[in-house]
Amino acid sequence: MAAAKSFSERLGFRKASGVGEAGWSQTALAAFISFVYFLPVLLIIITSFKLQTEALSVPPKFLPTTFFGLIPEKFVFTPTLENFTSVFSRAYSSGGAIENTGFDRFFFNSMFIASTSVLLALVIGTVAAYGFSRYPLKGNDTYLFIILTTRMLPAIVVIIPVILMFRVAGLSGSYLGIILLYTAFNLPFTIWMMKSFFDELSLDVEDAARIDGSSEYRVFFKVCLPQVVAGLAATFVFGIILTWNEFLFALLLTGVDTRTVPVAMNQAVGGGGIGVLWGLLAAIETLFLIPVFFVTFFLQNQLLRGVTFGTVKR
Amino acid sequence: MSSIDCKKITKKFGDFVAVRDVDLAVKAGEVVCLLGPSGCGKTTTLRMIAGLERATSGQVVIAGRDMNELRPEQRDIAMVFQFYALYPALNVGQNIAMPLHFEKLTKDEMDKRVQRVARILHLTEVLDRMPGQVSEGEKQRIAVARAIVRDPNCFLFDEPLSRLDVELRHSMRGQIKEVLAGLSKATVIVTHDQLEALTMADRIAIMKDGMIEQIGTPHEVFAKPANVFVASFIGTPQMNLIEAEMQSFKSGKATVLLHGKPVEISAGLAVANLKTSKITIGIRPRAFVPVAKSGKDTLSAQAELIEPMGAETLIHARSGTGSDIRFVVPREKRIKIGEALHLQLDPSQTHFFGEDGRAVRA
Repeated sequence: MAAAKSFSERLGFRKASGVGEAGWSQTALAAFISFVYFLPVLLIIITSFKLQTEALSVPPKFLPTTFFGLIPEKFVFTPTLENFTSVFSRAYSSGGAIENTGFDRFFFNSMFIASTSVLLALVIGTVAAYGFSRYPLKGNDTYLFIILTTRMLPAIVVIIPVILMFRVAGLSGSYLGIILLYTAFNLPFTIWMMKSFFDELSLDVEDAARIDGSSEYRVFFKVCLPQVVAGLAATFVFGIILTWNEFLFALLLTGVDTRTVPVAMNQAVGGGGIGVLWGLLAAIETLFLIPVFFVTFFLQNQLLRGVTFGTVKR
Repeated sequence: MSSIDCKKITKKFGDFVAVRDVDLAVKAGEVVCLLGPSGCGKTTTLRMIAGLERATSGQVVIAGRDMNELRPEQRDIAMVFQFYALYPALNVGQNIAMPLHFEKLTKDEMDKRVQRVARILHLTEVLDRMPGQVSEGEKQRIAVARAIVRDPNCFLFDEPLSRLDVELRHSMRGQIKEVLAGLSKATVIVTHDQLEALTMADRIAIMKDGMIEQIGTPHEVFAKPANVFVASFIGTPQMNLIEAEMQSFKSGKATVLLHGKPVEISAGLAVANLKTSKITIGIRPRAFVPVAKSGKDTLSAQAELIEPMGAETLIHARSGTGSDIRFVVPREKRIKIGEALHLQLDPSQTHFFGEDGRAVRA
């Protein structure tokens, strides 16, 4: 007799079967831990819909609705979009015209600078990694080590020589300058990461391509690159996250026109002598989350394959 | 005209000499197997022919052209790799079509060629799948299809069947032989499996430590091994190699001290020159016949281990001074462990090797 589908199966849950599939208690535990991790982000998102008074209230108002009277009034706030509008424009209580805060520009800057420099690092780094992997130099490991040394120091250590060099070269405050800096900043990671992916590939396949009449360029573009797409995606996402959140270099090396969101965020909430505007800050942060969230979300399948690459024996 | 000619090719990796002065000529339509234990330089030799390794010295000539300075893609060859080396990012059809991009064909022409080889190798149904979704046997056939889709100067196979299970190996051996017969190209197959070499090759080159020990037809290398190594490598069960002492040679009969007992063996005149020196006698397991009585040409031994092999039975026996002798008897012949035996030698399957390990024949 065929067993009737259980309730959980009808909900779309597969019945635990085989070795290693988690039961309900493990799933619940994992959900709880994930929730703990997500909690700070959730608080920011909720706060971005609150007015300043609600943001500071004790006990915290953590829900936007009473759920038909189930939740006591004192835990409930009235959602507002005011914070989001004031991210981009502000009006002074003393009157006068509505003023643009410049955040549209800063968001553009962040996206433009981060994506350009990460892509640039990806292009240069992938070619370099292929070179290191396939045409090793004498003392290959030494070169790789030296490349990594720039990342062994905290940014604060290298920032002073970098500022001086940028001043002399006239790169301070320009897009070119900060993009070049972030490209250099991302390169070591990209090279190391991509080299490990190229090292994993079967050399026979490349030899086969050569015998089948492929030039070295064709071997690289048609045979090797398609095999490391997951690696490219993973490296891209890590690079984007690092660059997107970078603060110190951006603070000291960008000008008014090239300022990125983390720097602008710091300057927007600090001033005014009325304390931190938590609602405004949360709104900027929420908006700031969105692009990097989408990048990660759309590349997540590749990302998973990318970070687990090489851990499974072929 | 398809041919391969290696002239004294040598490959050194640092101080290590992987291949030393290998001469190998393969004619059109001929299949030559490079056979040897692992690490003997057979794959390196193949890779030098393909251009994947540069010969340290010597010359590789394919189809009458000196190939030394040409890269693999310029040599117009086809190779099947041990691990198939399929392109993981391309589907089966695209994998097979890959070598054709070289020839700048139209899309239709390309499809036609792919379909043709897919039919020959029974791959028509899997053309749209990815390499990760086909069976091991199919992967192997795809690799072969990719090699024969073009009309190259020669074919190179690197351990083509080593990854298949026994049953598949048998059927693929036949299929590859059939495909190759229809193409009449110079072909080199690298293998460590002597059965594969004996069945597929027109000639076999047996390699050891980077050198070719003997080249000959399967029959030649089996019946007339050039030295002790070839004798021990070819043939299952392995040939018995017994250290012996030459005592005398009279009118076509050599008297040899085998395990302390003088045994008379008919031999050619050349053997006479081996007089009194330490020699090695090679006797195929099937060259022993158990007889009822001890005689001038028999060896006494005691059966120790009995391994039935189906049609025949392999007996391990211990003779006089304690050396192991392997011999094969028909299935019907019953021998018990511990039984005393008198083994008569068949002189036509007995080989004399001098002190230097080389065979001595009339």
